[in-house]
Amino acid sequence: MSCDVSQVFSRLFKAAGALALMAAVSGCGPSEPKTAAAPPDMRRLTDRQYHNVIGDIFGRDIEVGGRPDPLTRTDGLLAVGTRTARITPAGLEQYYLVAKSVAAQVTDKVHRDTLIECKPADVKAADDTCAQTYFQRVGRVLYRRPLRAPELKAAVQTAHEMANASQDFYNGVSLALADMLVTPQFLFVVDETETDPANPAGQRLTSYAKAARLSFFLWDTAPTEQMLDAAEKGDFHKDVSKFVDAMMDSPRLQDGARAFFADFLGLDKFETLEKDSIIYNAFSNVVAKDAQEEVLRMVTDHVITRDQDYRDIFTTRQTFLTGPLARIYRVRVERPDGAWVSHEYTPQDGRAGILTTVGFNAVASHPGRSSPTLRGKAIREQLLCQHVPDPPGDVDFTLFEDPNSPNKTARQRLNAHATAPACAGCHKITDPIGLALENFDGIGQYRQTENGEKIDTSGDLDGAAYGDPVGLGKAMHDNAATPACVVRRLWTYAAGRAPSQANSAFSNYLDKSFARDGYRVRGLIRRIATSDAFYAIANGATGTASDVPPVQTAKAQEK
Amino acid sequence: MSVLLPKKMHRRAALRGLLGGGAVSVALPYLDCVLNESGTALAATGQALPVRFGTWYWGMGHTPGHSVVEKRQTTKGIEFIEECASLQRHKDNVNFFGMFGMPLDGRANYTHFSGWVANRTGVAPTRGGEVPAPTLDLLIADVIGNDTRFKTLDVTAVGIARENYSARNTDSRGAAEVSPVGLYARLFGPEFVDPNKAGFKPDPKVMVEKSALSGIMEESQAYMKTVGAADKARLDEYFTSIRQIENQLALQLQAPAPNDACLVPSRAEDPPEDRLAKVREMPHVVSTHKVLAKLLAMAVACNQTKVFNMVFTDNFANVRREGETYTHHLLTHTETIDTKLGYQPLTFWFNKAAMDGWADYLDVFTGVKEGSGTLLDNCMIFASSETNYAKLHTIDGVPTFLAGKAGGRVKTGYYVQGGGDPITRVGFTAMRVMGVPIEKWGQKSLQTSKIISDILA
Repeated sequence: MSCDVSQVFSRLFKAAGALALMAAVSGCGPSEPKTAAAPPDMRRLTDRQYHNVIGDIFGRDIEVGGRPDPLTRTDGLLAVGTRTARITPAGLEQYYLVAKSVAAQVTDKVHRDTLIECKPADVKAADDTCAQTYFQRVGRVLYRRPLRAPELKAAVQTAHEMANASQDFYNGVSLALADMLVTPQFLFVVDETETDPANPAGQRLTSYAKAARLSFFLWDTAPTEQMLDAAEKGDFHKDVSKFVDAMMDSPRLQDGARAFFADFLGLDKFETLEKDSIIYNAFSNVVAKDAQEEVLRMVTDHVITRDQDYRDIFTTRQTFLTGPLARIYRVRVERPDGAWVSHEYTPQDGRAGILTTVGFNAVASHPGRSSPTLRGKAIREQLLCQHVPDPPGDVDFTLFEDPNSPNKTARQRLNAHATAPACAGCHKITDPIGLALENFDGIGQYRQTENGEKIDTSGDLDGAAYGDPVGLGKAMHDNAATPACVVRRLWTYAAGRAPSQANSAFSNYLDKSFARDGYRVRGLIRRIATSDAFYAIANGATGTASDVPPVQTAKAQEK
Repeated sequence: MSVLLPKKMHRRAALRGLLGGGAVSVALPYLDCVLNESGTALAATGQALPVRFGTWYWGMGHTPGHSVVEKRQTTKGIEFIEECASLQRHKDNVNFFGMFGMPLDGRANYTHFSGWVANRTGVAPTRGGEVPAPTLDLLIADVIGNDTRFKTLDVTAVGIARENYSARNTDSRGAAEVSPVGLYARLFGPEFVDPNKAGFKPDPKVMVEKSALSGIMEESQAYMKTVGAADKARLDEYFTSIRQIENQLALQLQAPAPNDACLVPSRAEDPPEDRLAKVREMPHVVSTHKVLAKLLAMAVACNQTKVFNMVFTDNFANVRREGETYTHHLLTHTETIDTKLGYQPLTFWFNKAAMDGWADYLDVFTGVKEGSGTLLDNCMIFASSETNYAKLHTIDGVPTFLAGKAGGRVKTGYYVQGGGDPITRVGFTAMRVMGVPIEKWGQKSLQTSKIISDILA
């Protein structure tokens, strides 16, 4: 969406100082190029989104367990896999169990008076009026649009039948709520569309669908009731930027940013992380959990809370630690327990940026030793968006692991291995950068020697030479692929698909804008969330709005 | 009865859904020429016992020359040696399929992946991570698994829920059960109806629950009209999943027939998990596998499912021995061959542990008395890996077993010499024995229409 003069002046008056002036003006820049719209999607809720939605609607004290079907990582992101994810019988069984558990908690004696706005005339009998009031409201936030008349009728009828069968109004509400939680309307976020008045031959997202798209992108959850009220008035067709700005001012932006960075950085690998307890006896479940959290805190604090240059996540000495994690890092923190404290490394610590974290190094390692190849691959594929070919099928590691070999360090072993022509090509892509992190063992503990031999961490990243892990971070900071990668992934995450060749002008526009904004992720998020491309929809079958008229909400009826 | 998925469907329509448009062709009318209804599966009561199908998976294959004595031709009598020594006690309960090929027609061998996909779907993947057609257990479940609480049960002993080699396609791969407590609760929790308990009374609340689910889902059907073809297929699968829940509720309303083989086990307990590292150490995997195997076998005996899948170790064999820096998988590539032994000793240790695990599994199924025989007699269990010799990633000769007599439909105790035929002949035979109405299976050089008649009873 283009930047108008009033926006600039508004910002100028609000902001103070020359820096703000520059930022405000730089927010305009070239206008957004036209893009080829993608067809509407039907995305399955991620596990995190499911938790967030339940927590937002019913409260964070409602326990949500379960184990949904795994997602397929596509174009570097699990978020893209939601577009094609299915629900297997075992997966739905899990959803149903969770739904029944959530519904039972919502209607129990502890929660019912808070979460259900009306009381039945007789708790031992059905009360259709109260049930209708409740499901009309809660159904709208669950389905992210008003319930259609048959949907509401079915919920009230279910509540009625179960209330009579069990002589308990709340049993009825519980069953109907559980059933709503396993409907496709809830589990799949469908891009519902309507005829675009500005282009009668084309389609546009409904106001509700725009609200949902924005909410899941910025907050990783469903739209709030206030957003749905605005959607009902069609406000998301008017000026979306005011919603974007308000949402970006909210602490909930952290949730959205954490969801993106967890996906982008492949933190799901922590779910299956394991380390040998004899070799690494300092490593535990607690350390693994904290190591994952440290990466997220370090990154989101830097790019969201403090709105700093994205590239600095590879060089910053600012981080957050707990006592158990500090013991792996061998640094002192004020609190030896599990509380989080901010911490700044000294230049002598040999650590700066996410590449030197326990989290990054432990995940990109074997259970009992470090792996320059896995680390190099992770940097290339996740952080630079480059493809590393699969190894050939007949790899012979004999030279790599010959027990009689004089090779003591990983560099020496890999050099011997990489003499094989079939292996050399790929190892040249991964190993030089992975070897720079050999100061960190398989769980990220600092070391200077391996088997008594001093570790050589020098190398170069695409021509930029460095001498140690901190130097590699600086090389990552200065590499042109680093910001381009996060731009690509953030757009892919938001849109649910990687940018196509046809939209290369839009990709270039985002890249240049990101650079002009000083590589601020906040700015990039805002630019995407306010872009026409983010909401553009091509004509297609999926998500076409039903002809069934929606039930009017109480507020609409009043008008 | 659900109004969502009419039970009376046109047969061709049913089969189209059943086979998922995959690499299968259907014979209509189906001539049940391979099934043996000789009565060997009859219980003392005279009531026919169901025939069930299972799969068992382990990663990293065999150590060639140190596992099974190769035969020049198909012959009665399998000689399990060294790595497979523990299977000697089950040599008459299994068939072993050696020297079959796995032609990929020029497609890449995605290491530790193409092997299991081709073996279980009949189609070689065109990229890593792709499951191009339904796995054979699901094709079988579509035929025999619709009248039990669980159409299939997927379990893994290796602690990674996503390591499940049963999939409808790339995007439809459920999470496997990893926890004994979780599996116990699912199988024998409050929803379980004990067939041997007197005084069964259907709960009217369950009746309402089932009716409500059908009613609310009927409204959801409107979505089917608003989505494109690809998403329609996703919703189709969703409604099939709903149907299973409806089945589960319906079964809670019926008094099951008394069943002597069904002995509800005592509550399972998860081993203490004080350290993350222990989960995939081999002794832990072995003990977890034994507990899960007992629960799974009892789920089968109690008629909770007719199709069951167990993963002992995953395709990348992320299992370790305490104090070793490398996993089983990495050892296959890094460990030096001991010239005296003629193999990689540590890798052999892991391979042997897997075959010991397979023997344990068969012990559990032969340990359950059912009818005039054992539970295994009324099952067919397809066991396979993804490679033959992991050090070289070879997939020709990938070791494959069929255990159990499938209710008297097959003979066991045979070493079947494949002579380079596609390994899909084993899966195809298994499906035909289990009643899947197909006349050929697989694509390109993996396609087959040849049953392995040597093992038919």
